[in-house]
Amino acid sequence: MADAFDEMRHPEGGVRPAYAELATWLGQVPPDLLERRRREAELLFRRIGITFAVYGDADAQERLIPFDVIPRVLSAAEWSLLQRGLEQRVKAINVYINDIYGNREILRAGVLPEELVFQNPVFRPEMNGQKVPHGIYVHIAGIDIVRVDADSFYVLEDNTRTPSGVSYMLENREIMLRLFPELFARHRVAPVENYPDELLATLKSIAPATAAADPTVVLLTPGVFNSAYYEHSFLADKLGIELVEGRDLLVKGDIAYMRTTEGLKRVDVIYRRIDDDFLDPLAFRPDSALGVPGLMSAYRAGNVTLANAVGTGVADDKAVYSYMPEIVKFYLGEEPILKNVATWRCREPEGLAYVLDHLEELVVKEVHGSGGYGMLIGPQADPTTIAAFRDKLKANPKNFIAQPTLALSTVPTCVAAGIAPRHVDLRPFVLTGRDRIRIVPGGLTRVALEEGSLVVNSSQGGGTKDTWVLDR
Amino acid sequence: MLSRTADSIYWLARYVERAEYLARILEATQRLTALPLAYTGSTNEWESAVATAGCTGSFYKAYGEADEESVTDFLAFSPANPSSIRNCFETARTNARGVRTALTMEMWDAINGAWLELKRFGSGPFTREELAEFLRWVQQSSLRFDGSAYRSMLRNDAYWFSRLGLFIERADNTARILDVKYHLLLPAQQHIGGPLDYFQWAAILRSVQALTAYHWVYRESLKPWLIADLLILNDQMPRSLASCYENLVRHLDQIGRAYGRQGPAQRLARAIRTRIENSRMDEIFQTGLHEFIGAFIADNNRLGTAIAEQYLM
Repeated sequence: MADAFDEMRHPEGGVRPAYAELATWLGQVPPDLLERRRREAELLFRRIGITFAVYGDADAQERLIPFDVIPRVLSAAEWSLLQRGLEQRVKAINVYINDIYGNREILRAGVLPEELVFQNPVFRPEMNGQKVPHGIYVHIAGIDIVRVDADSFYVLEDNTRTPSGVSYMLENREIMLRLFPELFARHRVAPVENYPDELLATLKSIAPATAAADPTVVLLTPGVFNSAYYEHSFLADKLGIELVEGRDLLVKGDIAYMRTTEGLKRVDVIYRRIDDDFLDPLAFRPDSALGVPGLMSAYRAGNVTLANAVGTGVADDKAVYSYMPEIVKFYLGEEPILKNVATWRCREPEGLAYVLDHLEELVVKEVHGSGGYGMLIGPQADPTTIAAFRDKLKANPKNFIAQPTLALSTVPTCVAAGIAPRHVDLRPFVLTGRDRIRIVPGGLTRVALEEGSLVVNSSQGGGTKDTWVLDR
Repeated sequence: MLSRTADSIYWLARYVERAEYLARILEATQRLTALPLAYTGSTNEWESAVATAGCTGSFYKAYGEADEESVTDFLAFSPANPSSIRNCFETARTNARGVRTALTMEMWDAINGAWLELKRFGSGPFTREELAEFLRWVQQSSLRFDGSAYRSMLRNDAYWFSRLGLFIERADNTARILDVKYHLLLPAQQHIGGPLDYFQWAAILRSVQALTAYHWVYRESLKPWLIADLLILNDQMPRSLASCYENLVRHLDQIGRAYGRQGPAQRLARAIRTRIENSRMDEIFQTGLHEFIGAFIADNNRLGTAIAEQYLM
């Protein structure tokens, strides 16, 4: 990965314009300042973490995701490209899911193989022919983006179910504003703090027609034992809405209510952070204690809106991902602005043959996998691991796709030895409401802290950075 | 607000109050049993401590005999006793965590800090010094939590529900002491001034943190009817039944006004307060102190149920 694109420095020396101020500043600050600020940041996070501790104190410390104090900077031009690309992609995804549960034109046109949809466990037959409010299925999307050179941004994953991480985007900025006021004075950084406002506006805009003028929005969490509970309570607090569990809700006459001290109160929009499977024990998993009996019935009657809608999983598995450029072209008649990483589908014989021949140089992923688990990184794996994986792959080729190992861009990062380049990705959050699409400039930058590592997942030793979008 | 949130806040306050009460019972009992037998009589004070804590049934399922070791373990640390001090803090913190955003930072710090510190004490066996330190710590933690709530919460329904929990629990605790010790206060035992009763009476007052208050209010040596008066009818005394009900009525009225609706809980609370206000000590003794207290405990439980049905579920 020696030739990875560095977002701050040109290979021949010199600094890219967006990083000019930051590079100058990094050259001026006393060497121990960054380390001092890093410790302060950790203290602040720990305080928030402990204050909100989801698990006991020992666990809370383990749970702390490392934070790097050097921001990742994007120029206004880069962001505007990303923004257009993201809007296009999410628009296409919404039309696509409507089509899948509607006329299925894309299947009839033969663009997408039928079994990829119908044999997909996340396909929800319950949604067939179902009208969702304003035709929006994915209200909140987290699109994972990587970069390989000055001009090329690739989408790595479309997270269209219940994407998380936005609380880190917001907290990272708060901490940076506290620790580096002088650095902010030298830049014009687009704010992200209005995200909760934009989210609330989005959620209110999709309320059912029968709702009151000022609809009641709630956030549905699986409860305190969920690993993202902190984010759920953080968001509910920032949005000023009730954080409810399944047992706080009930459905009567196809209307959803929450139990309050003033009696039952109608609920119009549910920002749910629990999976389809657990939403309603009458419709999906009967053993789910997290859900609300009858919720699907109220939903299908159009009396309550779920965000995201049910069945959006058909847009975020990795086999469907490989068709995303075709999906964009099919529905919008446009060339995709954001590229897809070249993907071999092992379900196709020629794809499988190529992958088996090139295992040493490819990343092989499970179609439904996430979090960096169950994947093979060919160039970093030893022959035994590769041989074992080869057997797994041959046994069930449909379950896998393969991609080349991308040279993810790098950003200067504080490490034990000083400042060194580390690989990053980016998860911007795209909000789709009745009126328009909203994207706050930036997102969550995840960084692989190990030298040479490409795995940015927090479950695998990744950290996070604040992401700055400049006004020029 | 969500019923579950109100319920958690209500029980959070109840459990913290209960932990403090248990600590004071243990302290008072320890003090009493440290006296020579001639001063206290031959009653088993540890047995009576279990009764005062209201868990006689579950205690004898776990232990054969009530002595210092078994009772201290059961009331302070036992994981098997859902109302042990340890479990009170556990449950209080679980409730707090579930409604984290409805609490102020200060309240969360107080309860979470107490929960973290509880681990420092381990689970015994304790030396007497360690136990004394532990019991003092429990009372301080409760004070800190209560003070945080009082000083930092907005005066809205969340605050009122936390007060309801506190005063229902406090009224229950004071009534339970009277229920177990009523015989010591009966006028039938007219050998006033005997050393035996003096120390028992002092122990009752200590259990509700009222020994000094007694002297300030009555400026008299300990008299059983005055002790009963202080704990039942005296509205200056923050742990008296009268004072608890004055608060319960006030906070229920605030909730009723805010929600624009009164209900069975408001009516019941007012009825109980009126009964207390209209009572005179000599009448209570005439019709039976034990009966009076027994009826009060039942009433207080009924109010707890009415609050739960009206607001918490």
